[in-house]
Amino acid sequence: MHLEHVDVEKVLLYNLIFMLEKDEKKIIKEVTEAEYKYGFVSNFDTDTISPGLNEDIIKTISKKKKEPDWMLKKRLEAFEVLKTLKQPEWANVEYPDIDLQNIIYYSAPKKKVQLNSLDEADPELLKTFTRLGISIEEQKRLAGVAVDVVIDSVSVSTSFKEKLSELGIIFCSMSEAIEKHPELIKKYLGSVVPAKDNYFAALNAAVFSDGSFCFIPKGTHCPMELSTYFRINEAGTGQFERTLIVAEEQSYVSYLEGCTAPQRDENQLHAAVVELVALDSAEIKYSTVQNWYPGDKNGVGGVYNFVTKRGVAHKNAKISWTQVETGSAITWKYPSCILKGDDSVGEFFSIAVTKNHQQADTGTKMIHMGKRTKSTIISKGISAGKSNSSYRGLVKINRNAENSRNFSQCDSLLMGDKCGAHTFPYINVNNKNSIVEHEATTSKIGEDQLFYCNQRGIGEKEAIALIVNGYCKEVLQRLPMEFAVEAKNLLEITLEDSVG
Amino acid sequence: MLRIQDLFCTINNTPVLKGLNLNVKAGEVHAIMGPNGSGKSTLASVIAGDDKYDVTNGNVEFLNKNIIDLAPELRAAMGVFLSFQYPVEIPGVSVSNFIKIAVNEKRKQNGLEPMSSTDLLQEMKKNLELLKMDSSFLSRYLNDGFSGGEKKRNEIFQMSMLKPKLAILDETDSGLDIDALKIVANGVNSLRSSENAFVIITHYQRLLNYIKPDYVHILADGAIVKSAGPELALELEKKGYEGIIK
Ligand SMILES: Nc1ncnc2c1ncn2[C@@H]1O[C@H](COP(=O)(O)OP(=O)(O)O)[C@@H](O)[C@H]1O
Ligand SMILES: [Mg+2]
Repeated sequence: MHLEHVDVEKVLLYNLIFMLEKDEKKIIKEVTEAEYKYGFVSNFDTDTISPGLNEDIIKTISKKKKEPDWMLKKRLEAFEVLKTLKQPEWANVEYPDIDLQNIIYYSAPKKKVQLNSLDEADPELLKTFTRLGISIEEQKRLAGVAVDVVIDSVSVSTSFKEKLSELGIIFCSMSEAIEKHPELIKKYLGSVVPAKDNYFAALNAAVFSDGSFCFIPKGTHCPMELSTYFRINEAGTGQFERTLIVAEEQSYVSYLEGCTAPQRDENQLHAAVVELVALDSAEIKYSTVQNWYPGDKNGVGGVYNFVTKRGVAHKNAKISWTQVETGSAITWKYPSCILKGDDSVGEFFSIAVTKNHQQADTGTKMIHMGKRTKSTIISKGISAGKSNSSYRGLVKINRNAENSRNFSQCDSLLMGDKCGAHTFPYINVNNKNSIVEHEATTSKIGEDQLFYCNQRGIGEKEAIALIVNGYCKEVLQRLPMEFAVEAKNLLEITLEDSVG
Repeated sequence: MLRIQDLFCTINNTPVLKGLNLNVKAGEVHAIMGPNGSGKSTLASVIAGDDKYDVTNGNVEFLNKNIIDLAPELRAAMGVFLSFQYPVEIPGVSVSNFIKIAVNEKRKQNGLEPMSSTDLLQEMKKNLELLKMDSSFLSRYLNDGFSGGEKKRNEIFQMSMLKPKLAILDETDSGLDIDALKIVANGVNSLRSSENAFVIITHYQRLLNYIKPDYVHILADGAIVKSAGPELALELEKKGYEGIIK
């Protein structure tokens, strides 16, 4: 099977090129018109149920997925919890109430595709991969990356599975995990983010259709980056994936998640839950490059990205969240660490870009419970157009978490004068020997910085890329090599024409 | 090389340059002196192509080409270099990476292959030595946390890497101690040839002891009011601007 050539350098998902014009007004205008490249719709045959949310729908989902009774029971319990909860209102974002009855909760490509045997694959699906930039051949060459792709609700395939299973590593779709590793799922699913945690977590627990499961046994260093791509394709569908990563004692894993969605006028809902469990002395590195459709320049359409991500770090364990958020109409997300064990470490490195009418309310929560626990927060916000971006961070140091430390640095970069950036640090320290430091800065890409670059022969487009990449350096450095390039390109694309 | 005729320009509708003329030939060094606010930095910016300024009248020709409408990066590619009075900071971008991009963008514009990283590094090391700068400079972020003197040296370092045809030094000597001044002057002199030219904006005669100008001009209220040989700088030192501009 022939696949269109995809340039790996310009990597995997995002490689729009942006044009910059000298004229500042034009620049502001163009940023608003910069187009989303992943807005295509694929026409494969799907198995889609009618919209709406009730017990029967949940039973149907569970049945379609041939789930065991205990799983259905978990879902129905979550649905009961959901009925008692309200959509959150406190985030610094505005959106109309989401009508859960208008959403399709299950849609799957009819043909299940094994990517190891390309010849049998649905050509439409392959086309989708190619358009996403993840041609399988390129993937294989990109040794060290195992990919699981979730289109709409169903995980389509997993490569490199065999190699991993030799080490006892499990990396599969959530459906498969429920079927083949019920004891692990029963033990850990919902253990970090219970259904009652919040409205969207309850919704997810009731209707999640697939996701990824990853298990690293004791003492094992996972030799490759594990990676999942999520994509919303079908109209009117919500994406409710569920990710669970369990790293046993002294193990290590680095995981990357990337997302795109077609361009549609309606708003699509993405309400995912990610749970990380790092047992004693384990380390989990979780990186996200999120590029859901942000809506058009007038703010029509786009993905509502309401995600609950949380990890528990046991004794001496480390959890590190790195995120590059450029997409979605609304992002509401606070990857968090519960530093439960003594000497555990939590990190959060974030780049959040908003433009046009995008709204982002993102940040992290670091809950220090163990003694001598440490957390670091580096947040880089970039706002352009009429967008609004907020950093909201909670650092809580419990009474027993003696000699704990937190360092937070929240920087905002403004492009143009119609955008906004806000920082809301919540600090709660309950003992005397812990130290919390918070730094915040706001800056603008200056005309003088640009002119300086221009004078040295560096054109507008390269100059912005250079300045923004410099600003984000600390975070970009944290991304796995293969994806740092991708994230850099994505930033350039997104900020295309954003200076004013 | 550079020919400026009857140049008028404004910033935010305020007139700054008011009928300025200047001729610079290859191989020459011109010093421009003048009171604060007389328009020296404005002149430098307009030659370099800063569109903050509106040119309302006159011509700027460089290498026999009218460059008034040319983008600054293209002027740079033609060989215009400005050592800024106030170099900006670009955090997160290392000096070496910045210079690499600058050098290669210029080469690209001139139809040349990019310079290999090894060659570039060698060239950088050589020039650092000349300017008595430590090689740790290369990995520092551009002007980020640099002292005033370091910033100025970094400008001259970039100049030595870009080898411009026309270099404009805007108060590069301000804030330099006498040793640094000598080093910078030495850097400039080693680059001097019959092919290139320098416009040196300064308040002080002392720099001109090390870089001998062919002409000294006095800029006052947006125009050049007096031009002469190096002796004018000495006279100025004695009498001050008041004594010379009536
Ligand atoms: N943004 C601005 N708006 C209005 N006037 C300005 C602006 N920038 C500079 N000027 C004016 O232009 C004149 C020339 O400034 P400049 O070229 O920096 O002088 P010099 O370098 O000779 O000290 C000064 O009178 C200054 O006040
Ligand atoms: Mg000046």
